[in-house]
Amino acid sequence: MIGGAQSRIAAAAGLAAVATLIVAPLFLRRYGLYLVSDWAVMTIAAMGLNLTLGYAGQVSLAQGAFVGVGAYSAAILTTHGWPFAAAMALALAVSFAVGWALGYPALRVRHHYLAFVTLAFSTLAFLVFRNEAWLTGGVEGIDGVPRPSLFGWSMRPPLAYAYFCLAALAFVAAAMAWLIRSPWGRSFLALRENPLRAQSLGVDTRRYTLLAFAIGSALGGAAGALYAPLVGLVEPPAFTLALSLNLLMMVIVGGSGYFLGPFLGALIAVMAPEWLRAWENYYLILYAVLVMGLLVVSPTGILGLIDRYALHRAAAEASAARAALKPSIEGP
Amino acid sequence: MANFVALLIAGLSTGALYALVAVGFTLMWQTSQTINFAQGEFVMLPAFFMLAAMNRGAPYWLALAVGVALSLAILGLAFKRLLVDPMLRHGVLPLAIATMALSSFLKESVKTFYSAEASPFPSPAPSSDLKVLGVAVSWQSLAGLIAALLAVTFLQLGLSRTRIGRQMQAAAQNPTVAQILGLPVERLILYAFLLNAALVALASALVSPIYLAKFSNGETLGQAAFIAAIVGGFNQVRGAVVGGLLLGVVENLGAAYISDAYRDAIPLFVLVVVILFRPNGLVGRAEERTV
Amino acid sequence: MGRGWTWLCLLGGLAAAPQAAGAADTINLIDLAELSGSGATVGTNFKNGADLAVDEINANGGVLGAKIAITHWDTQSNAGVAKALAEKALDAQPYALLGPGYSGSVKVVAPLAADAGVAEIMGGEAADLTRAGNKFLFRTSFGQQSSMPKIARYIADDLKAKTAAIVYVNNDFGKGGNDSIVKEFDKRGVKVLLDDSTEAGQADFSADAIKVKAANPDVVFVYLNEEESARMLKELRKADVTKPLVGETTLIGQKVIELAGDAANGAIGHVGLTTDAPAPALKAYRDRFFAKYHYVPDHNGIKGYLAIYMIKAATEKMGKIDPKGLPDALHGLSISAAKEPGILLDLTIDGNGDLDRESFIGRVVDGKQVITEVLPKLNP
Repeated sequence: MIGGAQSRIAAAAGLAAVATLIVAPLFLRRYGLYLVSDWAVMTIAAMGLNLTLGYAGQVSLAQGAFVGVGAYSAAILTTHGWPFAAAMALALAVSFAVGWALGYPALRVRHHYLAFVTLAFSTLAFLVFRNEAWLTGGVEGIDGVPRPSLFGWSMRPPLAYAYFCLAALAFVAAAMAWLIRSPWGRSFLALRENPLRAQSLGVDTRRYTLLAFAIGSALGGAAGALYAPLVGLVEPPAFTLALSLNLLMMVIVGGSGYFLGPFLGALIAVMAPEWLRAWENYYLILYAVLVMGLLVVSPTGILGLIDRYALHRAAAEASAARAALKPSIEGP
Repeated sequence: MANFVALLIAGLSTGALYALVAVGFTLMWQTSQTINFAQGEFVMLPAFFMLAAMNRGAPYWLALAVGVALSLAILGLAFKRLLVDPMLRHGVLPLAIATMALSSFLKESVKTFYSAEASPFPSPAPSSDLKVLGVAVSWQSLAGLIAALLAVTFLQLGLSRTRIGRQMQAAAQNPTVAQILGLPVERLILYAFLLNAALVALASALVSPIYLAKFSNGETLGQAAFIAAIVGGFNQVRGAVVGGLLLGVVENLGAAYISDAYRDAIPLFVLVVVILFRPNGLVGRAEERTV
Repeated sequence: MGRGWTWLCLLGGLAAAPQAAGAADTINLIDLAELSGSGATVGTNFKNGADLAVDEINANGGVLGAKIAITHWDTQSNAGVAKALAEKALDAQPYALLGPGYSGSVKVVAPLAADAGVAEIMGGEAADLTRAGNKFLFRTSFGQQSSMPKIARYIADDLKAKTAAIVYVNNDFGKGGNDSIVKEFDKRGVKVLLDDSTEAGQADFSADAIKVKAANPDVVFVYLNEEESARMLKELRKADVTKPLVGETTLIGQKVIELAGDAANGAIGHVGLTTDAPAPALKAYRDRFFAKYHYVPDHNGIKGYLAIYMIKAATEKMGKIDPKGLPDALHGLSISAAKEPGILLDLTIDGNGDLDRESFIGRVVDGKQVITEVLPKLNP
């Protein structure tokens, strides 16, 4: 972006957006509040996947399974009376540990084979959720997951829980921003752009890739811990490969590797059934066509498209500026 | 012992169908680095073209021809021109995601415009069983096995013995040099897509009598093809056959002897073990590393 | 950066769009149906049955002069989406809610409907749905707690079986049935030699058929969905299993017979909702459904149809269009098919929302379903 004016506009727009997010829930009814909460939760999961995919360049097909791991961990603890903080801590810890364990042998082999291992894990997780009834409630799952209380204030009302989810999102977003700007983040970027060169510069590519994947998975778990009280029921069919593919689509459609990509992608995925409701039965077909069309036009997603347009505009302006300064052959 | 033989034979017949689907999958990767997540739906769809033709009174063989023709046009030509060509230069992943959207599109279209119910599908083979080594095998499964083996044999011969086949391989291994040498690379890649379209149409006609034509068939078949291709060796057509047959047998034996509740995990377990210890698959050759 | 945020706000603002309320003299029904995802067949059939009923009733003057308007929303076979849509539906203050079909989705929607005082008429079959004390939830079919004892009694007393093998589909439908039948077998002293789970959408049942053959039970209880039942029947025939095969509607329905061919002959089933029953109203319904949709309705199609007629009967009993009074009007209501053909079979709704209705034992003979026994209502 060029020009101080543009940065000021961007900052103002950003501020307006945040203000809207803070104020809007007060005007929404239960359905709208549910959508906002769902969007916040999905964005957290998508941010984790964006870290793995967009920044470290690894394809994970198990993000949905990690959401499930987090959801079940939280559900099991909170239905036995443990506080939400403990549930969240467990969700993060288990997801991180499983992510590390999964990634460690897989990355030893070849980079794009993580996709297959995560595919296998996705199926295995679903089967464990469904079959191990002693732990997970089996086919019926765990019902009646309570919402947390913050300093004696119950989050049970939809409005309160929506703000809780938004606050969690803000926290995760801030943490991600810090991570990307830190030396770790720059190593992640190096991994994506040119792994060989990164390696020659002394970056331990395997360790950083593994770290990105484990952190990404942990964020999936965190999203799960927020999802469980939102719906109140945790059951196996919610965490199949379909969810993982949905999250992958969110990241790509929003713009893989862009900080705001997951926000946009999750918004589109959550709102698409609403916006396309006029087409009733055909909305899934239309959504698929739109996604294909978008990817053909811009494989870097919507933000990639906007970026390209901005660059195009900037380039055109620069050419015009150069042309204006060029001396002409006819004299003054 | 009789049980084991019965399971083995049943597994081989299912495996042959997986192999047929996996072959096209491998072919598209080899020739144009396309990972087609919609391959399962590609197998599901031609059956509905054929059913639509039969509903309008066409006899089986005419419906089959119609199915193959539409498959070539839509799943071969249109797929390549509209989706693959514009996206190929942007790398593997965006195209893979686009094929995911395509699979959803095909599935939902069939569900909405044809039916959400399963439809019976006729088979040229009789619906009775044959006794092999004291075990009953259905003629339809046998037909599938034979057709799959024939198709793969012809394909393998075609790729290695004919000039066009060798040109296709060259274009796949190094498109730039192939182009410099004057090979019509674009057209050769198109041939690969058309070949896949024909293969999936054939697979569709063989699979649908057993699976019944339903819009959701693509899900299991697609994943099976994917696993079979990786396990067998992603850069060898032979690998798809080995992978498919192995997968069918492992699924059956696993469900009978290991666990019924975890039967879906067993093939994936095999997948993980294979790629950890033989990353190029059981039959695959090591790929050149591009720097 | 800023562009991204602007986009977000614009797009997000649409979430707050207010809902339009219905006109005063229409009965607004909202159906939460699985129209995509794994339950697409279930939800689509329920929707089609309901639409047919609404068209019929509106063509005949509506309910107490008011037309019925029904909208169907897709839960995507996902309990979270079902819950969100239920919130949205309740915001719009419908006359009644229909669906969902999946028991998990019903479990999250039912408390919301109860809180809002809105009647919910759904297709879920899990036993515990009506045991949670919810006074606003109503079934359209037998719960597994009603059907499984009947089947177990038939197997133990009529077939005189001492041992059984069970093959079930491992989702909430099949697992619930399996848990119920295992308990019932235990009560009646029938020993379970094999309890085999299969996957939804499974195509290859050779392993399962071989396991059944090896167990050599007196009776095989098969509890799968229609297509899988057909494949299983074929495999059992190939494995040369000669013992009686017993199941429910999903084992001996006309579609299964069509798909399995010869292999279906001899199969026995307990059928609650079948278009093959010796009830003229059911046969007529099947013809009307086929005329409109070109396929034969399964039990989900019948459930959707019934739900609408239950609402009609209860509203007519009240004599006025009162959503708050609907749940009470439904409880204890007996509807006879002679007076209200749309109800297809005589029906009584009990205080828990369960149904009392006659059911049938059927057997497949020469490619046709033949009813061999009529099991009367518990309280005729």
